[in-house]
Amino acid sequence: MAMLEVKSLSINFGGLRAVDEVSMKIEKGELYGLIGPNGAGKTTFFNLLTGVYKPTSGTIMLDGKNITGKNTIDINRAGIARTFQNIRLFKDLSVLDNVKSGLHSQYKYSTLEGVFRLPRYFKKEKEMDKKAMELLKVFDLDKEAALPASGLPYGKQRKLEIARALATNPKLLLLDEPAAGMNPHETAELMETIRFVRDNFDMTILLIEHDMSLVSVICEKLTVLNFGQLLCGGKTSDVLANPEVITAYLGE
Amino acid sequence: MKNKTKTIKPYTKQSFITYGILIAAFAVTLILVETGSISFMLQSLLVPLCVYAILAVSLNLTVGILGELSLGQAGFMCIGAYTGALFSILMQEAIPESAIRFPLALLIGGVCAAIFGILIGIPVLRLRGDYLAMVTLAFGEIIKNICGALYLGKDSEGFHASLDSASDMGLAPDGKVLINGALGLNGTPKDSTFIIAFIALFITVIIAYNFVNSRTGRAVMSIRDNRIAAESIGLNITKYKLITFGLTAFLAGVAGVIYSHNFATLQAVKFDYNMSILILVFVVLGGIGSIRGSVIAAVVLTLIPELLRETIGQYRMLFYAVILIAMMLLTANTKFKSKLTAYMSKLKGLVVKEKKGEVK
Repeated sequence: MAMLEVKSLSINFGGLRAVDEVSMKIEKGELYGLIGPNGAGKTTFFNLLTGVYKPTSGTIMLDGKNITGKNTIDINRAGIARTFQNIRLFKDLSVLDNVKSGLHSQYKYSTLEGVFRLPRYFKKEKEMDKKAMELLKVFDLDKEAALPASGLPYGKQRKLEIARALATNPKLLLLDEPAAGMNPHETAELMETIRFVRDNFDMTILLIEHDMSLVSVICEKLTVLNFGQLLCGGKTSDVLANPEVITAYLGE
Repeated sequence: MKNKTKTIKPYTKQSFITYGILIAAFAVTLILVETGSISFMLQSLLVPLCVYAILAVSLNLTVGILGELSLGQAGFMCIGAYTGALFSILMQEAIPESAIRFPLALLIGGVCAAIFGILIGIPVLRLRGDYLAMVTLAFGEIIKNICGALYLGKDSEGFHASLDSASDMGLAPDGKVLINGALGLNGTPKDSTFIIAFIALFITVIIAYNFVNSRTGRAVMSIRDNRIAAESIGLNITKYKLITFGLTAFLAGVAGVIYSHNFATLQAVKFDYNMSILILVFVVLGGIGSIRGSVIAAVVLTLIPELLRETIGQYRMLFYAVILIAMMLLTANTKFKSKLTAYMSKLKGLVVKEKKGEVK
């Protein structure tokens, strides 16, 4: 069974059909790329998958469960986590607390237990600290755990956002332009990280990216969108050799 | 032992410094009162000081931690004051011991205010920013005006209420008017003492710190910092907004009960928007999000006008304004702050240098 199966997904904004009958199938453990020129509807597609927008038609199946039209919170609990094109961290919280926020739904104690410092508070907080530090260590952020998130350099903020998304224990991770604004060195490091996450967390990853050097190296399969429509999809090498894709990107 | 001090978390340290300051201030005040070194007028200010500090800390949870502007604090205080006072008056004979009755009154006042807080919060918290401020301001005024127009009496048949006049209630001759419209409540037992008010303040500060540094507080601050990201990691925005708003209302209600039991008569007029704005001034000047700052600002800004009254009389409001501006610069202006710390460290460097010179 596919991890994510999207069938003829569409959304209309007034007269504009931003995503038009797009289908996609991602198997478990795949590293999948979504590419296309600016304004092709890639981020809108992500917003549909995560429940920010409700689709006009079509279905989204996650690991065999229908999640079409559910809200963001339920979709996250069902197993989709994401990062954002323009980094959205909790900037005044510490790096550690950013990850602990991601652990929120898995380590539970009530508000009263927290306010009155009952035993469960200490137990769960300790477990959360341990788990969060493990995650930070993976991303080489453990030394910065006490810093406010806004104090991190750009590349590390991107990493922290991925760490926070992983903290919610997702089945599918969506990365929206993870390499945007990075220099070649940082991009190379990021590719390592993404591969590492896929292999060590047993994760399925779908990413939007403009950096072709990144996409061509790490993605096994690609889907290309153009004007909201599916242009083509398949193995990375096949897709990148497709003359239609080259035209869409570079013009006639 | 060394290890233990190393693993202490920064917020734990912050909260314990605040607890220390509070206890020290309490001890000093008690000694001053016992030795008779402070005037009667200042002594009468001690309970209101604690009340204002509780109100400021609780409002800071909504303004600083949740990041939403609420101007309805006086309304919740009003509900607490009315229900707490009513309870005490009715139970005066049933529970003559004030050590039992007053804590119950505090609890009831707080819970009633929290219920109203949540009921109002459900529709209101859909709004954000200035609109939320306007609507909470309006709700505060509505509560004040309804309380100010309310007549409530009790006779052998039970309770009677009216919004027109005392005679409208149709009380039997043996009946007793409990709430007399704009004249408010009369005969509230004077249960509030400085010690009880201080304990309430201390517990409020503990609750505030523990709330902020818990799973719930973290969720609330996540929502404040980035709503969309908070949703994407599965945080229920409405739930956490309501919890914070309810807690703020609860603590404001408790403050109201203490306030009402400090005077024999209670009128709703006192809980107007000026009170809400005053509390907001404490929060802003104490530093948004800083619990210790809220307490200090509430105490300092309540004391200053009174202290100045004794010394410079008519010019006191002028000085009050100057102090407000100075505090604003000190707490909110980052440029000024960084200049000040740079200057201070320079000064420190000079002192250290001189000392080193002496050694040589």
